[in-house]
Amino acid sequence: MEKEAIDKTGFPIVPDEKSGALQWMDLRELRIKYVISVEGIKKFFEGLKEGKLLATKCKCGRIFFPPQKDCPSCMKSEMEWVELKKEGTLETLTVIFVRPPSFSMHDPYTVAIARLDDGVRILSWLKGDPRAVKPGQRVRVEVSRRKEGHLMFELVPI
Amino acid sequence: MSENVAVIGVGHSKFGTRKDVNVAELCWEAMKPAFETANVEPKDIEFFVVGTAGMWSSEQAVPALVAEYADLAPKGSMRVEAACASGSAAIRVGYQAVKSGMADLVLVLGVEKMQESPNPTVIEMIGRFGSYFWEFENFGLTFPGYYAMHGTAYMLKYGATEEDFARVAVKNHYYGARNPYAQFQREIDIETVMKSPYIAWPFKLYDCSPITDGSACIILASEKKVREMGVEEKIWILSQGVGTGTANLSRREDFTSLASARYAAEQAYKIAKIDEPVRELDGANVHDCFTAPEIIAYEDLRFCKRGEGVELIRNEQTYIGGKIPVNVDGGLKAKGHPIGATGVSQAVEAFKQLLRKAEKGRQADIKSGKWLTHNVGGTGHYAYVTIYGLEKR
Repeated sequence: MEKEAIDKTGFPIVPDEKSGALQWMDLRELRIKYVISVEGIKKFFEGLKEGKLLATKCKCGRIFFPPQKDCPSCMKSEMEWVELKKEGTLETLTVIFVRPPSFSMHDPYTVAIARLDDGVRILSWLKGDPRAVKPGQRVRVEVSRRKEGHLMFELVPI
Repeated sequence: MSENVAVIGVGHSKFGTRKDVNVAELCWEAMKPAFETANVEPKDIEFFVVGTAGMWSSEQAVPALVAEYADLAPKGSMRVEAACASGSAAIRVGYQAVKSGMADLVLVLGVEKMQESPNPTVIEMIGRFGSYFWEFENFGLTFPGYYAMHGTAYMLKYGATEEDFARVAVKNHYYGARNPYAQFQREIDIETVMKSPYIAWPFKLYDCSPITDGSACIILASEKKVREMGVEEKIWILSQGVGTGTANLSRREDFTSLASARYAAEQAYKIAKIDEPVRELDGANVHDCFTAPEIIAYEDLRFCKRGEGVELIRNEQTYIGGKIPVNVDGGLKAKGHPIGATGVSQAVEAFKQLLRKAEKGRQADIKSGKWLTHNVGGTGHYAYVTIYGLEKR
């Protein structure tokens, strides 16, 4: 579109489809992809590979999920990795019909929050027909392979 | 912290698809009437704050941009960001600057030109206002999705229906049709909402606020300045409460309420000495980025008991003439939601309502002279509750 406009008018300027107001079509495209450190929670991914859902537990007894490396209750960072019970109760859900472009390869997906039996909550995709479940439904955490090829946890109705 | 702080001037751009202006021109559209109503010139401004989330629009150094365009250089400035509450965060900074005595005249601008990027890009970016890694990267949550999970929880706990949510859209479109600055100036019925396609179940297209270009501007003055200038038309900031929520929704206890908003509301009520909000306020603007959150806001602000918000909308108690008029400017839903401008737009509305300057068909009865605004960033990630009054505290 920009090239056509430049050829025609000498500039990357085109009229807006609806209003006709002139728009400069940006020539500088930005692509963003972050590099995120998981060094502090690497055990979580080791656990997931073995089908375990791991959380961090501080000596003071506080459990963190998603796992975090440091405890603000007692200011300590000596965390123990503990395996969570992989069953719980569904608290809420939504079905994402209008997806971000970076998720366009997926069909509409259900995002849900469940409270696991050991008290922590988990947010993830829910497998299966969302019309067949409602909050209160018992669910299990399973590890499955995503379309992109990596492992991730998901909720499955029991 | 002793200075009383007044809003002495306001300006508001037309909200909507603004292909006719660039970012600086859009800012000026709100700044000019603010200068005029306050009867001040750019050179009189001592400090200015810009609330904008940016990313989707080209210009990022907005304070510098308007310093140049509106002759505010070399005065001090700050850009603040609190997602959809960026406008109220900007008011917070301006309010503190005056209240602390560091400045007597401060300009607060909120602006967002979201349509400089295509809709899919905006959907991609706005989905990232929670926990990036645990919610967006791996589970593709979208902004409607975050709030939809609250809608679902609310429906199950209190027996609300999708039709009940639609009633909020119908009300806000009714008033949007009476606001010449609104993006959607068209009334709709429940059927229109119910027939629109799902965005994030249970929310459909008409449950969602739009992607909007717009700006709003207010000018704050100290009591000393108000006296010096002999300002007649003004409202006072009686109090402001601020709260923050966890990044991950899974770290919260409850999805039928926003704890940060309740926290902010109680702070604001305490300082303004308000015990019974419905009786003591003439009206409110609440953060209806989607329909269900307006109902949740009624409860978080104690306009009714928990679980009874849905009755308020069913019984049309938040229309003018009801218990407490809410979003009679169309709200985010119909007026539009240029996210950095929204909080400032709510302040403009408080000014217009309290001074009885609202357009025909949407002026609330002003009895106690107090108006509340509730502006939420993310999904309760940030919450600002501000109370404005005709009389100072």
